[in-house]
Amino acid sequence: MLIRIEDLTKEYISGEVVTKVLHGLSFTIDKGEFVSIMGPSGSGKSTLMHILGFLDRASTGKFEFEGQDVTALSDDELASFRNEKIGFVFQSFNLLPRTSVLENVKLPLLYAKDKSIDVTARAKKVLDMVGLSHRLNYFTNQISGGEKQRVAIARALINKPSVIFADEPTGNLDSKSGTQVMKILQDLNEAGNTIILVTHETYTSEHAKRIVSLRDGNIVTDELVTHRRFAKEGETLK
Amino acid sequence: MNLNYYSQLIKTAFRALNATRRRSLLTMLGIIIGVSAVIIIMAIGAGAQSLILSQVQTFGSNLVGVLPGKSEKNGPPASVIGVSITTLTLDDAEALRQKNNAPYITAVAPFTRGVSTLTWREQKYDTSLTGTSYDYLGVEGGEVTEGRFFTKEEETGIARVLVLGSTVREELFGQNEAVGQVVRLKNAGYTVIGVMAARGTVAFQNYDDQVFLPITTMQRNVAGVRHLGLLRAKVDSDEHVDETVKDIEATLRERHNITDASGDSDDFSVRSAQDALNILTSITNGLRFFLAAMAALSLLVGGIGIMNIMLIRVVERTREIGLRKALGARRFDIMAQFLVEAVAITLSGGIIGIVVGEVLSFIIAFIARQLSYEWPFSFSLLAVILAVSVSVAVGLLFGLYPAAKASKLDPIEALRYE
Repeated sequence: MLIRIEDLTKEYISGEVVTKVLHGLSFTIDKGEFVSIMGPSGSGKSTLMHILGFLDRASTGKFEFEGQDVTALSDDELASFRNEKIGFVFQSFNLLPRTSVLENVKLPLLYAKDKSIDVTARAKKVLDMVGLSHRLNYFTNQISGGEKQRVAIARALINKPSVIFADEPTGNLDSKSGTQVMKILQDLNEAGNTIILVTHETYTSEHAKRIVSLRDGNIVTDELVTHRRFAKEGETLK
Repeated sequence: MNLNYYSQLIKTAFRALNATRRRSLLTMLGIIIGVSAVIIIMAIGAGAQSLILSQVQTFGSNLVGVLPGKSEKNGPPASVIGVSITTLTLDDAEALRQKNNAPYITAVAPFTRGVSTLTWREQKYDTSLTGTSYDYLGVEGGEVTEGRFFTKEEETGIARVLVLGSTVREELFGQNEAVGQVVRLKNAGYTVIGVMAARGTVAFQNYDDQVFLPITTMQRNVAGVRHLGLLRAKVDSDEHVDETVKDIEATLRERHNITDASGDSDDFSVRSAQDALNILTSITNGLRFFLAAMAALSLLVGGIGIMNIMLIRVVERTREIGLRKALGARRFDIMAQFLVEAVAITLSGGIIGIVVGEVLSFIIAFIARQLSYEWPFSFSLLAVILAVSVSVAVGLLFGLYPAAKASKLDPIEALRYE
C-alpha cells in the first residue's frame, strides 16, 4: 500500500473565520495505480494534492505513506520526502528561465542527500524517455509548450519517485501536445509508475484507471474507469 | 558539503546576476566606491606619510633638539602656544659642545629666528633670518655654492656678515654678483659672504627663502634678545642618541640648578628626531585610519543597497523559490542560494573596487612623482585582503535578512504567486 488516508481534514484559520476545505477523507492508493482526483474548482482537490505531495499538512486525521505515519513532519522533513518520493508536474510547467533543458531536469538532484548519483547520465536517460534527447542544451524559452511539459515530466522522473503528481498537466497545452503528455503519463504508468492526476476535466480524467470525485471537500464517488481512454500519438484530445 | 552543490549555487548566482546586469552593477556601485575609497585613502595616507617621514629623515635620525620650557613627551612644545621662554641660552649650547658633558655630540646649532627686510640698492625683500652657529652645516647639512659660511671668529666677533638662501639671492641680486655686496638690514650694512645651494622645502621649512647670520649678531643687533628659540645637536651615531639625550638633560639641569632628576621641574625639553618621527607616524596613522573608517561608512550604505535589491530579488523570484521547495529544497538550501548571490554581488563589487582603487592610487602616485615629490606607490596586500573580506562580510550581513525571508516562504503560496 502506497498511500492511506483516514478521516483527513484540512481547515484554514484566518482571524476568527475557520474555512473547512476537506471534511474527513479516507481512501487508499496502491503502488502502480493511475488515479484521477477530479472536481470543480473549490472542491478541495488541490488542497488534497498538496497534502498527499508533502507540500502541506493535514489539520486532523491520519496519513500513511509507504506504511509510515507522515501526519506530522517538520518543514525540512517534508522537503526531504518531496525530494525523494514525489515528482511534480504543474499546469504552468515551472521551468527555470535562462537555463538549459538538461539543467532543469537535474535540479531536484541538487537537493538530494545521495551525492553518488551520476546526475547528468540520469537526466539524459529520463529526457530520452520523454523523447527530448535532441533538446538537451536548448534553453527553456526556446522550446514549445508541449516540450516544456515533457521536460517537467522528465524532471519529475529523475529522482525515481514513488508517485508522480500531475496537476492539470494539459491545462496550458493545445490538444495535440496534451495527447502527447497523456500518452507519456499512461506509458509511465504501464512501466509501473504510480500516477495521481488532478484535473477538473472529465475527458482528461478518463485516461486514468480510477477516478476519485470531490465536491465541497467530500468524496462523491471513488470508482474504477470502465471505458478508459488511451491517448494515441497523432490523435487529438476531445 | 558537496563541491558540486556549491558550484551549482555559485553558477546559479552569477546566472541571476547576469540576467540583471545593469541593476547588479548599479547595486555594486556602493561597494565599488566604498572599497576603492578605502584603498585610495590608505594609499594616499601611506604616500603622504612616507613623504613627511622622508622630509624629517633628510637630516638623519641622529639629531637631537632642545626646546626651551617643559613640554609633554608627546605633546606640542611650549613655544608653539606663543609663550616666549627665555631659559635656553647660548652658554647652554657652548656647554653641550664640551666633550666631558656630552661625548657623542659632533656639532651644535643654536637658533634665534626672526623676520626682516633686506635692501640692496632699490631691491627690497622680506625674508626669514636664522641666527645660528658656525658649525650649523655640521648639524643640518647643506652646501655653500658661492663664497663661504661664517667662521667661529666671525661669530665671537659679532661680525655683520650674511649667508643667503638661493631664493633670497635670486630676488635681491638676480644676475649680479652677490658675494661681497653690502645689504641693509635694520639700518646697518651687512656683507654677503656666501650663498647656499637650493635645498627646497625640508621638514616644512623653506630653506631657500632665508638668510643665515652669526647668532651673536642676530641676538644683539637684530632681535635684541639673549635666549635661543631652539638648539639642535648632531650625535655621532644612532646608537648614542638615547644616551646623548640623557647627557644633555644632565648638563642642562646642572647649569639651570635643577636638582629634580625626574624631569618634572625641567625648564627645557629634549627630543630626538626619532621621537619626532614617532609622533608624526602616530598622527598620520591616526588620520589614515580615521579617513579609512569614514570611507568604510559608504560600505555600510552600499550594504543597505544590497539588502534592498536582494529583497526585490526574493519577491521577483517567489515562484522559483516555490518550485525549488517543491522539488525538495530545504530552508538551508534557499538561504544558501540567496546568501551566495548577495556575496557574489558584494565580492564582484569589492574586486572591481580594488582594481579601481589600485589604479587610481597608482595614478596619484605617478602625478605626485611628476611633481617631484618622493611618493612611493605601494600595492598593499593587506588592503586587498581587508577589502575582500569586508566585501564578503557585507554580503553575508546584509544578505542574511532577505535570504532568511526567502527560506521561510510557503511553497504553495510561492508557487501560486503571480
